[in-house]
Amino acid sequence: MTDAVAALEAAGVGMSCSRRRGAVVEDCSFRLPQGRICALVGPNGAGKTTLLRLAAGLLRPARGTLSVLGRTPAAARGRVAYVAQSKPLHPHLSVADTLRFGAELNRDTGRWDQPAAERIAYGDETLDPFTKIRALSGGQRTRVALALALGKRAELMLLDEPMGDLDPLARRQLTGALMAAAESGTTIVMSSHVITELESSCDFLLLVAGGRLRLAGALEEVVSAHTLLTGTSALDTSRQTVIEQRSVGRGRTALVRADGAPVGEWLAERPTVEEVVLAHLRNTQAPPLLAEEAAPESARRAPHARSQENAA
Amino acid sequence: MPLDIRIEARPPFHYSISERVECVSTGGTVEFRIDRRSGVATYWQIVQQAKQALRLGLLRPGDKLPTAREVVEATAINPNTVLKAYRELEREGLVEARRGLGTFVRASLGAAGDSRYRADLEDWVARAHEDGLGREDITALFDSVLDGHFPQETP
Repeated sequence: MTDAVAALEAAGVGMSCSRRRGAVVEDCSFRLPQGRICALVGPNGAGKTTLLRLAAGLLRPARGTLSVLGRTPAAARGRVAYVAQSKPLHPHLSVADTLRFGAELNRDTGRWDQPAAERIAYGDETLDPFTKIRALSGGQRTRVALALALGKRAELMLLDEPMGDLDPLARRQLTGALMAAAESGTTIVMSSHVITELESSCDFLLLVAGGRLRLAGALEEVVSAHTLLTGTSALDTSRQTVIEQRSVGRGRTALVRADGAPVGEWLAERPTVEEVVLAHLRNTQAPPLLAEEAAPESARRAPHARSQENAA
Repeated sequence: MPLDIRIEARPPFHYSISERVECVSTGGTVEFRIDRRSGVATYWQIVQQAKQALRLGLLRPGDKLPTAREVVEATAINPNTVLKAYRELEREGLVEARRGLGTFVRASLGAAGDSRYRADLEDWVARAHEDGLGREDITALFDSVLDGHFPQETP
């Protein structure tokens, strides 16, 4: 599995938009194996969009390297579908023309799937093929943009806030279509603010905050690396990394990365994905965690060195 | 064990009018309902619902489970979750995967002794209630006895 080409592999990727404002993305190193459904999570301005644009080959990293399906982002473009948050489409084309446009642009790959694209675009029977894009609602534009992405039958789909303006029904239907694509091997990266929604569909997590990678790895592995402790005694910080702790009445609760069993009388529970993510968003000083599968080839020799040295 | 003694004239349950709409979405014999807020692992919900369908006779030996693709299209959950649930059902000997054909039900879950145990339990609950135990007391008691008997069952 480690020998297979990664869908995305970043080594020390950094990016700045202007000299004054500092880095938008800094020192990002991770590996996303193929076939995963990856949630890209982080607050506004964390660098999610920049990371996706870098992967799509629309930006060139200022520092470090990023490879997509084993190639440069530009060389991999034919096998990658990128849906930007603004869903840029030609406003004067009709829906049917837009799909035809997609078919023509992807003619040379021989992979374009017209029936699949039409199924997504006209799936809920509210879209008329002859409506111009400019007359569509935000949700309908999303539907057309995803129809193009799914019609392309890309090996890697990069989706920036794909579900943002969809109604619950369309959201369910289109997420279902994405999951079906994943079932046939497509790797998906989607950014979102809504963590609970990603929980049932994603199996890989990339958490960025302040331009830096905070958490990366298989969702299950990342969550089970953390424990939620409740008790009254003092925390032994030499044996565990405390991500966040709060006093509640007589006791305290803490989210920790435990290296050993906690000392004293602690109730240890498994945190939810949301609890792990929120704790890391509140405490951006917490050392980053790169779970084993997410460690890039370059870091594989000492996969845990990074989190150890940063542990306070 | 020749368990499959159903009379073939019986139409599969999903041909009944009320179920027809649901089955269009999964193209199969059961539809899984995923409760994202229950805190119960998604794969475990599928396992439990498949077992429930076996107990209720909604699924019988020889029936084909919906494919992973059909399930994820209908429920928008991760495909690996469905595969994990099917592997668990396979491990328990309830279904078998036939390469290129799909996953098929192998065994039914016995409802044979149900009525006798149910009568016993009805009787027991009635007595406990008479003696002043509330619903929660009874649930707690029942759970603790179950936990004693099945210590490894994790949700």
